[in-house]
Amino acid sequence: MPSIRVTIANRLGLHARPATAFAQTAGGFSASVKVRRTDGQEWVDGKSIMQMLMLAATAGTVLEIATEGGDAADAANALRALVERQFDED
Amino acid sequence: MRFREIVVEKAVIPKLASTKRDEAIAELVDALVAAKTIAKKERDEFLKAVIAREKRGSTGFGHGVAVPHVKSPTVERLAVAIGISPDGVDFNALDRKPVHSIFLLLSPEHRPEDHLEAMELIFGQLRHERFRNFLRQATTTAAVITLLEEADASRPAR
Repeated sequence: MPSIRVTIANRLGLHARPATAFAQTAGGFSASVKVRRTDGQEWVDGKSIMQMLMLAATAGTVLEIATEGGDAADAANALRALVERQFDED
Repeated sequence: MRFREIVVEKAVIPKLASTKRDEAIAELVDALVAAKTIAKKERDEFLKAVIAREKRGSTGFGHGVAVPHVKSPTVERLAVAIGISPDGVDFNALDRKPVHSIFLLLSPEHRPEDHLEAMELIFGQLRHERFRNFLRQATTTAAVITLLEEADASRPAR
């Protein structure tokens, strides 16, 4: 499964609003989206807010995002952009 | 982080009186005031902040659970109040279903990592259907605390 790596850069980390934005963006694609911390083992479903919150991704955490199926490349690009613009917060 | 360290036992409400979101949140804030976790004079301010946060986006993330929360500069330690609603509260949840378990989370503003750790702890359990069902069926504070202690015991130390 192709994957990309992104670093959480917003000060407050991946709290509820960013997790919601992530899951909603991921949910807009037909591709499957799996996410894990690069220092962890467990993959979670990137389309689930609850599972994204389980990553406890603080500022500086590196996440691996794996997308698969039809629009996988578009999904990866959209999610990378969302993380890189820090979920439109500080 | 453990549930027993962050859940305020006196702020566990096994049967919420209201099925309305703002009133249910008020019950939990009042329980935290009664437990002296929140100063009385800060009660209204906290309540307003939690509701304002809900209005920006529901924390009813589905499966009958909601985690309303607020970060505050005056809170020193992370604190959680828990409310169970047998009837279900209308939380404008993402899946439109009524909410039966509410975890109200107060976090110190200067410690965002604590907030994320608490979210991980809470959702690490709430994702299990078994935990959600047991919690929803708990009718006493003691039953809720026992369930949380079991959850704590099942987590590996780190």
